[in-house]
Amino acid sequence: MGSFAGGELPSDDVIVPALRAGDEAMFAALLDTWSRGMLRVARSYVPTDHSAEEVVQDTWLAVIGGIDDFEGRSSVKTWIFRILVNTAKKRGVRERRTLPWSAVKDDGGTIAGQSLDLVPPGGWQDPPAAWPTPEKEVLASEVRGLIGEVLARLPPRQRIVITLRDVEGCTSDEVCEILKISAANQRVLLHRARVAVRGWLADYFEFARQPD
Amino acid sequence: MKRFIQQTRAVNVVKRFTCGELVELLTAYLDDALDPPEREGVHAHLAGCEGCSRYLEQFRATIVALGDPPPEKLPADLRKRLMSAFRERRRS
Ligand SMILES: [Zn+2]
Repeated sequence: MGSFAGGELPSDDVIVPALRAGDEAMFAALLDTWSRGMLRVARSYVPTDHSAEEVVQDTWLAVIGGIDDFEGRSSVKTWIFRILVNTAKKRGVRERRTLPWSAVKDDGGTIAGQSLDLVPPGGWQDPPAAWPTPEKEVLASEVRGLIGEVLARLPPRQRIVITLRDVEGCTSDEVCEILKISAANQRVLLHRARVAVRGWLADYFEFARQPD
Repeated sequence: MKRFIQQTRAVNVVKRFTCGELVELLTAYLDDALDPPEREGVHAHLAGCEGCSRYLEQFRATIVALGDPPPEKLPADLRKRLMSAFRERRRS
């Protein structure tokens, strides 16, 4: 079995038998492709990097132990992220950072910096100010650093959804499956989160980067 | 004649949105989850509204920025432990 580093993973009907047969290159490929995203998602549930790493570790151990029983009712990726979310949730509760996952209205609403009535009823009074062109390397790396901070400020459920969708590139079907939420609910959370992140980036460009 | 009227009506099925409503639809729009009259309505609005066009542009730029996170790696010792756990599995 060759290396998949940097390339696309093969399909599930290749992955599953390979894992069952003990194919180390395949396991390494999954580990290197998905662990980063798993760490990011785990961090939305638990307070420290260390806990997030343990959540990811426990998830992979559960995958190793459970691959023979995997029934293929979902994709391997969805299955693994679902184990991750359940593991992280339990751990988050134990570490007293309880997620109000059942109550939709909890963070479907507004928080500071996140305005739902962004646009006044009469239309834009001041259209959004232009952003600097993002070609400049410096700007790209500044924004990259900012995004991490900004994600941490989001309500947990919004953070998890935007992390899965926009940071990790999951489809909306995958996110619904992983989190067991409806498509409509997924979209509301994603939209609130994007509005907030755009708003914070806009503030940053408007105030923090004023030339003096 | 009848056919002509039907076509005219079909063309007129375009929803009109305020800027506030439009901004709220952008995630559904980008997910291609709007029905055709709504999608047409979004296009029509964007064609005539500079504020919303710029907002959409920045919304897209935000999504692009989110998809380019700082590199992150599983700590080497953890990766090693997991690889050996995988190896061990076959023997137990
Ligand atoms: Zn508008």
